[in-house]
Amino acid sequence: MEHYLSLLFKAIFVENLALAFFLGMCTFLAVSKRIETAIGLGIAVIVVQTITVPVNSLIHQYLLQEGALAWLGLPALDLSFLGLITYIGVIAAMVQILEMLLDRYFPALYQALGIFLPLITVNCAILGGSLFMVERGYDLGESTVYGFGTGLGWALALVLLAGIREKLKYSDVPDGLQGLGITFITTGLMAMAFMSFSGIQL
Amino acid sequence: MIKALRKYLDRQERHFLPGGRYERFGALFELVDTFFYTPSTVTAGTPHLRDGIDLKRVMIFVWIAVLPAALFGMVNIGLQANSAMAAMGLEQVEGWRGGLLWLLGAGGPDPNSVWNNFWHGAVYFLPIYIVTMAAGGFWEILFATVRNHEVNEGFFVTSILFALTLPPDIPLWQVALGISFGTVIGKEVFGGTGKNFLNPALTGRAFLFFAYPSEISGDAVWTAVDGFSGATPLMLAAEGGVGAIQAAGVTWWNAFLGTVQGSIGATSTLLISAGALFLVYTGVASWRIMAGVLIGVIGTALLFNTLGSETNPAFALPWHWHLVLGGLAFGLVFMATDPVSASMTETGKWFYGALIGFMTVLIRVLNPAYPEGVMLAILFANLFAPLIDWFVVQANIRRRARRHVG
Repeated sequence: MEHYLSLLFKAIFVENLALAFFLGMCTFLAVSKRIETAIGLGIAVIVVQTITVPVNSLIHQYLLQEGALAWLGLPALDLSFLGLITYIGVIAAMVQILEMLLDRYFPALYQALGIFLPLITVNCAILGGSLFMVERGYDLGESTVYGFGTGLGWALALVLLAGIREKLKYSDVPDGLQGLGITFITTGLMAMAFMSFSGIQL
Repeated sequence: MIKALRKYLDRQERHFLPGGRYERFGALFELVDTFFYTPSTVTAGTPHLRDGIDLKRVMIFVWIAVLPAALFGMVNIGLQANSAMAAMGLEQVEGWRGGLLWLLGAGGPDPNSVWNNFWHGAVYFLPIYIVTMAAGGFWEILFATVRNHEVNEGFFVTSILFALTLPPDIPLWQVALGISFGTVIGKEVFGGTGKNFLNPALTGRAFLFFAYPSEISGDAVWTAVDGFSGATPLMLAAEGGVGAIQAAGVTWWNAFLGTVQGSIGATSTLLISAGALFLVYTGVASWRIMAGVLIGVIGTALLFNTLGSETNPAFALPWHWHLVLGGLAFGLVFMATDPVSASMTETGKWFYGALIGFMTVLIRVLNPAYPEGVMLAILFANLFAPLIDWFVVQANIRRRARRHVG
């Protein structure tokens, strides 16, 4: 249990995908203008990430890994070169299902997220989560926790940025820096504050 | 004299007004004028509430509150340096500082003489402060002139707080770099005082901390003597708990009074508490934030005490030690209560404070890389402040909506 808790803490804070690895920046910068929308997208990312990472973990363990197909009588087969395309396929399918669900049950959020919902498919944070999982050899339980943690960490960073940007509406930013420029600076300063966790060994 | 100055300023004013010869430098004139006199401009609109407390008063009160800690800080740097020199058998302070001290009759490394200690500290602190004022003031005036806004008193507070959080032996070019980063990136790119979301003094301090870790968090920087190296009580606590601190000859009362190694102005919990009382009494700082931090620190420290750990002695550090060690008291009173970067709502201030307290102890205990956690904890809580406010406001809207529907 303690092992899972420390993995969760690490995934949310110490190795925050947005602010420590700077993954998923396009959506991170684009959908952080309003807190409500950010919360919606954040929840969507958490859901997608919590499902895709363990599913990809299963696929990796039982189909792609070297020697995974031994039960078919092919112990020497190594399909891990198919990894990238498989993971993306799983992610794309998940996002499609999520999109249909949102369209059916939460049309307002569906409208607000717009193009960025299908773009979750190519969100580097999502694929990054799966690739880190493979690289570190997490088992099913660990990858579930890791998927949820990274999703939550990314969502947290997104909502924080949205909060700050709503506050910054009252700021007097120089013309050249308005919009994306000041958002990049804000992200950098946030990453500096998040460095309080770097170095924590769990 | 004062009248002549007023007359002179009045005569020159027209050049700086829009359309005048030196219109571009209007901000500079503003600065000098309001530094000497109360501005004569009044609000023109009808709903006009007058209060004796304006931004300038707020900032000057903070400055007064921090002054005892700053003066004591100078004595303490001198005390630490002189004690170290006496212990190492050194007779003379090196370089230009030594010459200056000799002129003042404070040259000998005598830890028992307050006069010697004070001047020995002053020759370290004053250059840091002057560089801070000059470098930060340069950016402040540059931005004010180019962007045509007023030079704000907020900078006086930022500069003294920044200078007081530094170790005495820091190279001066780093001081200039740090305050430049804090002023420009932390504040001016957002439009100046009141428009930023991080505390500018801490932004500069954190920048230095990550850019030059050995000069700002190493062993050798805390006492201003070449070749002397000794861990601060907080580092000892991270390595060996309370036992290690007491083994180094530091009692709780030492740490409370502030005669220990540490950042210039942050060692004396007693004098900082006096500043806190002044700030709360005058209504400048929020007591809710301070109380929130206290609750956070005490709760988290007790939690770690109960959890316990066999490998990490810092788990067992009791909360009353946490309060007197390192920069916690200083951060709690002067940094956390910065009205710009803290939560605005009254309920939010409790959560904001508690988050700082929690994070401080968490970083101190769990993170082996950083013995001190206050600075990063406050920056971290600054990120959460707007979000906390948003949730408080939403809860309020929902509550009021319910009242009217039902």
